Amino acid sequence: MDTVEKIVEDFASDIAISSFSSGTRLRDMIRAIRACKTAAEERAVVRRECAEIRTAISENEQELRHRNMAKLMFIHMLGYPTHFGQMECLKLIAAAGYPEKRIGYLGLMLLLDERQEVLMLVTNSLKQDLNHSNQFIVGLALCALGNICSAEMARDLSPEVERLMRSREVNTKKKAALCSIRIVRKVPDLAENFMGLASSLLKEKHHGILISAVQLCTELCKASKDALEYLRKNCIEGLVRILRDVSNSSYAPEYDVAGISDPFLHIRVLKLMRILGQGDADCSEYMNDILAQVATKTESNKNAANAILYECVQTIMGIEATSGLRVLAINILGRFLSNRDNNIRYVALNMLMRAITVDTQAVQRHRTTILECVKDADASIRKRALELVYLLVNDTNVKPLTKELVDHLDLADPDFKEDLTAKICSIVEKFSQEKLWYLDQMFKVLSLAGNHVKDDVWHALIVVISNASELQGYSVRSLYMALQSFVDQGSLVRVAVWCIGEYGEMLVNNVGMLQGEKPITVTESDAVDAVQIALNRYSADVTIRAMCLVALLKLSSRFPSISERIQQIVSHNKENIVLELQQRSIEFSSIMQRHQSIRPSLLERMPVLDEASYLLKRASTTQATLAADKPTPAVTPGGLKLPNGVAKLATSPLADLLDLSSDDVPAVTTASTTTAPNNFLEDLLGIGQINASTAGAPSSASTDILIDLLSIGSSSSQNGPPAAGFSPPSQVGAVVPEATDLLGNLSSSTPVSGTKSTPAVPQDIDLLDVLPSNTSVSGLDNHSSITAFQSATLKINFDLKRQPGKPQETAIHATFTNLTSTSYTDFVFQAAVPKFIQLRLDPASSNIVPASGNGSVTQGFSVTNNQHGQKPLAMRIRMSYKVNGEDRLEQGQVSNFPPGL
Amino acid sequence: IFCIFCSFRQINFVLLISRQGKVRLTKWYSPYAQKERTKVIRELSGLILTRGPKLCNFVEWRGYKVVYRRYASLYFCMCIDAEDNELEVLEIIHHFVEILDRYFGSVCELDLIFNFHKAYYILDEILIAGELQESSKKNVARLIAAQDSLVEAAKEEANSISNIIAQATK
Repeated sequence: MDTVEKIVEDFASDIAISSFSSGTRLRDMIRAIRACKTAAEERAVVRRECAEIRTAISENEQELRHRNMAKLMFIHMLGYPTHFGQMECLKLIAAAGYPEKRIGYLGLMLLLDERQEVLMLVTNSLKQDLNHSNQFIVGLALCALGNICSAEMARDLSPEVERLMRSREVNTKKKAALCSIRIVRKVPDLAENFMGLASSLLKEKHHGILISAVQLCTELCKASKDALEYLRKNCIEGLVRILRDVSNSSYAPEYDVAGISDPFLHIRVLKLMRILGQGDADCSEYMNDILAQVATKTESNKNAANAILYECVQTIMGIEATSGLRVLAINILGRFLSNRDNNIRYVALNMLMRAITVDTQAVQRHRTTILECVKDADASIRKRALELVYLLVNDTNVKPLTKELVDHLDLADPDFKEDLTAKICSIVEKFSQEKLWYLDQMFKVLSLAGNHVKDDVWHALIVVISNASELQGYSVRSLYMALQSFVDQGSLVRVAVWCIGEYGEMLVNNVGMLQGEKPITVTESDAVDAVQIALNRYSADVTIRAMCLVALLKLSSRFPSISERIQQIVSHNKENIVLELQQRSIEFSSIMQRHQSIRPSLLERMPVLDEASYLLKRASTTQATLAADKPTPAVTPGGLKLPNGVAKLATSPLADLLDLSSDDVPAVTTASTTTAPNNFLEDLLGIGQINASTAGAPSSASTDILIDLLSIGSSSSQNGPPAAGFSPPSQVGAVVPEATDLLGNLSSSTPVSGTKSTPAVPQDIDLLDVLPSNTSVSGLDNHSSITAFQSATLKINFDLKRQPGKPQETAIHATFTNLTSTSYTDFVFQAAVPKFIQLRLDPASSNIVPASGNGSVTQGFSVTNNQHGQKPLAMRIRMSYKVNGEDRLEQGQVSNFPPGL
Repeated sequence: IFCIFCSFRQINFVLLISRQGKVRLTKWYSPYAQKERTKVIRELSGLILTRGPKLCNFVEWRGYKVVYRRYASLYFCMCIDAEDNELEVLEIIHHFVEILDRYFGSVCELDLIFNFHKAYYILDEILIAGELQESSKKNVARLIAAQDSLVEAAKEEANSISNIIAQATK
């Protein structure tokens, strides 16, 4: 404390240069502010001080300028406005003495930022100071310029800075080099002026100069391709020498950090090497030895050493390194991952995420450890690990990984649950190979974290259930059971209530039992109880209550014996203050009481929801949501106005219902909802669309289809486990023949003509994937084409040609078609393949994809499957492009290659 | 095929926050408007001050990473790009703290409150444009001492002049 007081004393006298000055000293002001007990008191002190400073400014009191500037900086730090002091900075800078300039420049950097016009006024003073004979005044000017200069100042003062880089003073040289970094950032055109100077500075001995010069070179490489080429030619030898010298140097106390000589210089050289070596085999080879030396010789028990190793691994992963070097790098990461220090584990996860594109297999080896990190107590680590696990999922490990993640849902932190749930849902949807597995996982997620499941996810689940005629009984029973224990999970309640309404009789009669499923005893009134409990419990959730009312209405027709009771429950809501519920209650009651003759046909089961069109809507909705996150709204395809259908609930079904009750003829009310965008919830809830089945069958036919569905469901229970029809054998990726088999099976087992049953045919499971796989296979032998990717905005076709005599080689001709009305610029297509596949990309025909499918871009490439016959072809693709200058990114996985490639 | 693209701006800003959330030093190397700065500080205080002692020293924030380290009652925070080397930034923080410690002789929060400007002068000898300037603590100490003595000399000169004036007007 004594020393503090002494320094404060010194400083106070240092500020109050003139002994005649009045007003409080800086120290007194700080004390007064610290003594304040309330914010109001503090404001009063600051106001008083500011008033005094303003007076001093207007009276142009030179002796107080120095001290007032210090006060202003303190006040500024507390968050009060200090703009009135900006001109004082300029006056102090223009003064002749060093103390004034020092505080003036500090004030300039603190109180102003580059966007303020006042800054331009300082250019002249800066120029003078840059030419000053005192190196410390030059240093002040360089520091200020390097921290806050604008593009105009950078252009004006660049010649001075170039000159100062040749100065004999070490201090001036390094500051000028760093100042040039800011100049090049502001005006990249100036990069070429600096490259010769920067590379000559690399020959110096002083570490400060070396560090500054290496950083400047890094910046130059980023700013200009010419500079990158120049530095590749001229610097690589110098850099290797610097790194060798510093890593071999004996103990130097000045630069020593925990036994390592200058880790900062190490790291900066490694970083620059990464840029120079990226995509340049010669350069990469040249640095091979020194990288191996740093990777093996650095002792990794201190943070400084680990920082070097971490940078070294990044460089090895970034350059064209030999496989031996890569193994070394991956091993270092493995060691990091098992370290007990959280910081080290965090960076290991971070780095493995980048390494996954280089060597997936190596990262897969650490799967168990990574999975443990998902359960870590540290939120930063959990987040990293979860993202990494997500990238590690593939067709073979999806089941155990999902199980681990789902099991953890129960224990996870509430904050983390949302992320975890979203990732599990995404994994389950992307990789599900069997519907039964998908359903089971979704039911678990809904039970454990139903409140975190996004709307589009449970909507998709309902679409799948609607399409899986053989699993509807199982679904409704599972959901009913889950509802008994997890009634507090909103999304679970929604899906369960919908299913009970639709498939109530399957619940009560144990229809469509799966092999191994235990029969349960649920009476009709138990089923109604479940819906009633949900209705009462969620008094504030209009969506759930509306769904409950629809479910009850449907049950009234399924369970005629207790329709009296149902009618009572429904009529309870006749006076509900929410208009939507009141209306449903009144109109449903009237259907139940007065229109009994049409009730059964009115309340038939929902027609099978069209998966393909839902997925398309969903994909474009997600895009619209993404676009809405950006500051400038982009043109969204499909004309969607709402990010999801929930908000529409209150209006659209209402209109349908009105129509319904006034006309008494349900068939007339159906709008063409299947083609209209984003009417999904109407599809789900609106009962007006009895005959909106995709085939457009007349209403009488839809009954037939329902009977067909039922008969399929019941017949399959005799034919053994129905799931078997859905689960492809272990052969992964052979999706196409499965689809045809399914069609074959169904049409042979059902006595209905093919055309009628078409809408009821369960779609291929791969539809669950975000990518619709409307695979059209023409001639599987040597030449075929597939739709590799389709979103609402972009379609990609692959023409596949097998090389005669070389079964492992396939030539692919990709065609990109733009489905929107705005053309895409800077279009880049990238593909990644597993390690056993080699890929060679030819250049694309153009990087502009014209709008509205008006011509398309093509790109050829060839793949060689080194494990042909054992593993199928698989590929991840990524398309980046710009729409009206805005960046877009789409990605997907191509898993519908014809088998045998 | 996916190239590992890295961006290389080292440090976007430096923050010193006390355990009570009071700001002790701020240095912005990327443009942030005044209002934005206040918001950033509030957000980060909420994120960092609440973290437990055994957790890692990094928080992800708005697509950036903030590396922080606590010394007694003060949190030293530096914001870097997502691709940067977090472990090295920890070393930079420690480098800064060691230099402060040598300059003040066992530095404490009060030193940095009453002599905040000196902390800024020292930081300016370590970082320019968010990049590292000097890896030798001794060099930084030498440069600061040389500049302090310039101020000292100017002060003495001013004192002697005022003494002369005082005597002449007696």
